[in-house]
Amino acid sequence: MTGWTGKMLRVDLTAGETSVEELCRHDLRDFVGARGLGSRLLYVAGAYAVDPLAPENPLIFATGPLTGTYAPSGGRYNVLCRSPLTGAIAASNSGGYWGPELKFAGFDLIYVTGKAASPVYLWVNDGRAEIRPADGIWGKTVSETEDAVRAQTHPEAKVACIGPAGERLVRIACVVNDKSRAAGRSGVGAVMGSKNLKAIAVRGTRPVRVADKEGFKAARKRAMEKILSHPVTSGGLPTYGTAVLVNVINAHGAFPTRNFQTGVFAEAERISGETLAKEYLVRKKACFACSMACGRPTLIPSGPFKGSGEGPEYEAAWALGADCGVSDLAAVTAANWQCNEMGIDPISYGATLACAMELYQRGYLTREQAGREMRWGDGQLLVEGVRLTALREGIGNLLAEGSYRLASEFGHPELSMTAKKQEYPAYEPRAVQGIGLNYATSNRGGCHVRGYTISSEVLGIPEKLDPLVPDNKAFWVKAFQDATALVDSSGVCLFVTFAIGAPEIADLLAAATGEAYTTESGLLAGERIWNLERMFNLKAGFTRADDTLAPRLLSEPMPEGPARGQVSRLEVMLPEYYRLRGWDEEGRPTEETLARLGLKW
Amino acid sequence: MARKMLVVHPEKCTACRLCELACTFHQDGEFHPLTARLTVGIFPEEHVFVPIVCEQCEVAACQEACPSGAIWRNAVTGALEVDTSRCVGCRMCVMACPFGTMVHAEAGGKMQKCDLCQGDPQCVVACPWGALEYVEPNDAALARRREVARRLAEVLKGVTV
Repeated sequence: MTGWTGKMLRVDLTAGETSVEELCRHDLRDFVGARGLGSRLLYVAGAYAVDPLAPENPLIFATGPLTGTYAPSGGRYNVLCRSPLTGAIAASNSGGYWGPELKFAGFDLIYVTGKAASPVYLWVNDGRAEIRPADGIWGKTVSETEDAVRAQTHPEAKVACIGPAGERLVRIACVVNDKSRAAGRSGVGAVMGSKNLKAIAVRGTRPVRVADKEGFKAARKRAMEKILSHPVTSGGLPTYGTAVLVNVINAHGAFPTRNFQTGVFAEAERISGETLAKEYLVRKKACFACSMACGRPTLIPSGPFKGSGEGPEYEAAWALGADCGVSDLAAVTAANWQCNEMGIDPISYGATLACAMELYQRGYLTREQAGREMRWGDGQLLVEGVRLTALREGIGNLLAEGSYRLASEFGHPELSMTAKKQEYPAYEPRAVQGIGLNYATSNRGGCHVRGYTISSEVLGIPEKLDPLVPDNKAFWVKAFQDATALVDSSGVCLFVTFAIGAPEIADLLAAATGEAYTTESGLLAGERIWNLERMFNLKAGFTRADDTLAPRLLSEPMPEGPARGQVSRLEVMLPEYYRLRGWDEEGRPTEETLARLGLKW
Repeated sequence: MARKMLVVHPEKCTACRLCELACTFHQDGEFHPLTARLTVGIFPEEHVFVPIVCEQCEVAACQEACPSGAIWRNAVTGALEVDTSRCVGCRMCVMACPFGTMVHAEAGGKMQKCDLCQGDPQCVVACPWGALEYVEPNDAALARRREVARRLAEVLKGVTV
């Protein structure tokens, strides 16, 4: 097989057994790989009905057919399971080198079920696998774990692991690979921890092949010409990283500040990508096969936060910065490093701390209950809080549950800025209407990388839309969501879509796999994947009532800035969105829609 | 005119490894970092990335060590190449090469090495950042001296002795 390896590694941690299975060619073609293929396997397994932290919840590490090739930024993989944060489907995407290494080891994906009796790690070496005790490794931070596992396996092994947060079933724990790349969202690290699985080390020495070499080379060349000439992918991202957006989004009054109490952060410049580049950036760094190099190796030479690591990226700079009212870039950077080391999603962590700070501001959370003051802008608390959360110490035990459970604990769930219990990222739905519809309908809850309408509404790619109006946003949200599902499933990074789209991805997929992907069939696959995820969530008990936003965004007018006076117009956009999707008024795909997408089993 | 050679600028490398992929796709028609004729050394803690390439040495240890005389110099490109009809796959060249840039082909058991893609190195084409250049060595050295001079000039600006 080309593009795909056609093989999956099945691991039963309860039985302590591993086996190799062939993947169904029809599933590969129809669901492409990575996010799509993993979702298909979760659905077939009935994972929507399991307790997310029970041994029965499958934990899938899945690559796409372009992973491991020189397709633009072709180094991604997804971690999938039922999320312990949301109860919805989880598919978290990561870069680095781990995903390609899995392909070189001969597998498209690893499918883990069960629970080991005591902590273990998995060693995958060129088509073979071994479950090994993790005594002496359990409890270690991410970089310590990676070094220890590599020392016990192979110097060239790539390692994906959990930190102390995943071990303690922190609902916002992530899986980290290559020390600083994370499958960040939806608490996939807690599911790994619930299985007593500390790490997966992979070593692969085999080739990845494509069906049509000349066709692949030509398709890649066409795509790269666009990526290397687009100002975002060849200029903004390499030079300033994703945090180049801080000043842009703030200027639109769309930079959520102090738990979304406003959309303007007066000190945004201080936590921007430009300031990071000036103060702490060492150089730019790329993931596998990527020309954009948005990774930010950083170094703080002196002061209380002295050290080095990677990041922050835009979303982390926002969550740890503006959302908590913190403008000390050193504190934001150090907190980001701590998140990498402890294995915590910095978006959900920052947003949950921001929620706690607002509870404190309003007197719903007292100093006695928190065990300390919880004031806006406290950089020391921001950094220390990561460890407290990972170890579930003091107030950290509540932060570890995410903002919805935290706010509910104190009787004010309305102060949790979440959709389906997952924290929103760094764009204000009152200032950018389409992104609000995307948050509300995202299959994994609050998330920007399911349908990144910021691209059109703010950056004007592929065309400029007025962010303040709801008109036609349903159309664009659906278009972005379907295209993104295709991109995520192919194994390339979403960021390439600033410069290229479904036509280029389809050409690469066709040349790699030999299947007749076209722009139309590729986008149909994306829509199929989106609807399959939706079906998963409906079976998990979600309804139309869950396709909503925090009350603040729907009823409290934005107090200042370019979006002053605005609320989210979700009530206008949502029915139109359902109609365009071919769903009924309750948000369920109709029989005709399922038949059109080949989802009637 | 001096022959061109591969010149590495580690400070420009981002560790994307596109050079390794372009190398094996061009040479062997597959994506296979293990058999790439060059490798990026990645040291994440120090934030340092260093591509290691075949230097096409004037006095070449691989060539000296080869008992079957299989390694010959291409007069046009200056690259040392492996004559697979003479190579016996003994891997003496692997032991001898100080850079570790000899590659053992899994299929056929013969040795492979960088042949500068017959004068159009694909690693250079693939690098988005100019971390690999195919230039005349004295031009590269001269450019480096000019760059150092420019930095020195910055330091000296305003300094009066």
